[in-house]
Amino acid sequence: MINLFGKKEKPGKSPIPLGEFKEHSLEMVRCPECGKSLLREVVRRIGSVCPFCSGYFRMTARDRIRQLIDEDTFLELDEETAARNPLDFPDYRDRLMRHREQSGLPEAVVTGVGDISGCRTALGVMDSHFMMGSMGSATGEKIVRLFDYACEQRLPVIMVCASGGARMQEGMFALSQMARTSVAVSRHSRQGLLYISVLTHPTTGGVTASFAMQGDIILAEPGALVGFAGKRVIEQTVREELPENFQKSEFQFDNGFVDAIVPRESLKAMLSRLLRLHDPSCAVRE
Amino acid sequence: MNTESRPTPGEESAATPAAWDIVLRARLDTRPQALDYIGALFDAFTVLEGDRCTGTDSAVVGGIGLLSGRPVTVLGQQKGATLDDKIARNFGMPHPRGFRKAMRLMRQAEKFRRPVICFVDTPGAYPGREAEQRGQAAVIAESLYLLSELRTPVVTVVIGEGGSGGALALALCDHLIMMENSFFSVISPEGCAAILWKDAARARDAAQSLKLTARDLHGSGFADEIVPEPDPFTVAEAEPVFADLKKRLITRIGALSATEPGELVEARQRKYMKMGGSKA
Repeated sequence: MINLFGKKEKPGKSPIPLGEFKEHSLEMVRCPECGKSLLREVVRRIGSVCPFCSGYFRMTARDRIRQLIDEDTFLELDEETAARNPLDFPDYRDRLMRHREQSGLPEAVVTGVGDISGCRTALGVMDSHFMMGSMGSATGEKIVRLFDYACEQRLPVIMVCASGGARMQEGMFALSQMARTSVAVSRHSRQGLLYISVLTHPTTGGVTASFAMQGDIILAEPGALVGFAGKRVIEQTVREELPENFQKSEFQFDNGFVDAIVPRESLKAMLSRLLRLHDPSCAVRE
Repeated sequence: MNTESRPTPGEESAATPAAWDIVLRARLDTRPQALDYIGALFDAFTVLEGDRCTGTDSAVVGGIGLLSGRPVTVLGQQKGATLDDKIARNFGMPHPRGFRKAMRLMRQAEKFRRPVICFVDTPGAYPGREAEQRGQAAVIAESLYLLSELRTPVVTVVIGEGGSGGALALALCDHLIMMENSFFSVISPEGCAAILWKDAARARDAAQSLKLTARDLHGSGFADEIVPEPDPFTVAEAEPVFADLKKRLITRIGALSATEPGELVEARQRKYMKMGGSKA
């Protein structure tokens, strides 16, 4: 890739606080491609790309933010916003509690503002570890507020998407977030501001059918599942074999729905380049 | 928020059918479909076809008609009456070309300052190989985006099934009317039960939990108005209902048309910003 705007980003240079390191130091994660197990901490430091097969580990929102945002520049927004149980749906409260505990997140998206190689950006990262990244009312609310914040501050928005779709336990409260986020994207766009959507594994259902596909520029990670309906539903409906790359990033690219497929290692460089192409005055910072 | 047809609590507890029964009613073949409403409510309705890209789609009917003398663009999801008709219309499940056709007609409506009236009745957007290839998700996303800023009034009437994203693609609007026995849901009750409880037979429980009926959605602020239905609600019985709905549409479209387009879009956006957000 031609580097238009300064030196190449060196990956994995952000230090990890000691406490955090100790706490997670023995946790192992398995590569979804080759099945080899590695220490989570090692995986984190090598950018969540498997050293054996180049497969991608599922990333947490925090790891993604660490990878994309310049050190010590991230300010989280709406940290406290968390899902409620608007329909009083059976077992939903317990499920939420469990996922909160397991993921350490109050909701399926982390939003905030930070610098990407010196370019100030509003960033939202969905986390598939929290209820499959499904979109409930609080998820939608955080995304809407992120776009509103970006409008006020005149900032570009980057959404890193990963979601199983609208969260069914919140019924219409979840479905309506497709409409609400669309309105938020439109208001941001009307101000002439840039929105880049990054599709990661998996991006499906109501999230694909709303803000994920509304970016001025849409990027995708290689091999990510990106689609509308679930593969099983489609197989039951059409009763035919689906092509191997069906609903993969590459399939979306071939069919014209994605601007570029960007390897994880180059994502920050690509984003910073696109940000600079829209705002050449952005200060270059290493 | 319109509260004129909010049922009184007493009424509700006395005669409210279970959510699942409403789902079954909403899906009945004998209910009026979009073309029945269109034929009864609009004069000189003229069908327009084609998405100008890949084809057309008879799961979505589109055209121009006169509502009491005022030209309006009409869009309707049509499930089909006979078996052949149902197959031809793909049981009301639009392909991307159906949503593209709808968007083309919405843009056309905006150009000529015609209000848009949508009739929603679909199990959902079609989940198929070709539909995915042609960007089912992307066209729904585009439709939502387009409706977010369409500079002409949009009123949507849910007449039967409001199946998830495929229904929502025609339901981001200034005013949402639901027929008394219609529903609008993030997922079919069967699908929800199959995923959550690995048992599609528990659809009845799922329907109850999803709070998907017109009455539920009016209570939670998603639906603005409910139109009462006779029981049973068939095409033969529909004339007074059509007359009632027509009157409501004339009033609503009249008020919305008097609003300056910029203000109209702002009010629509405000409505969605206030809706269903987490107050936490």
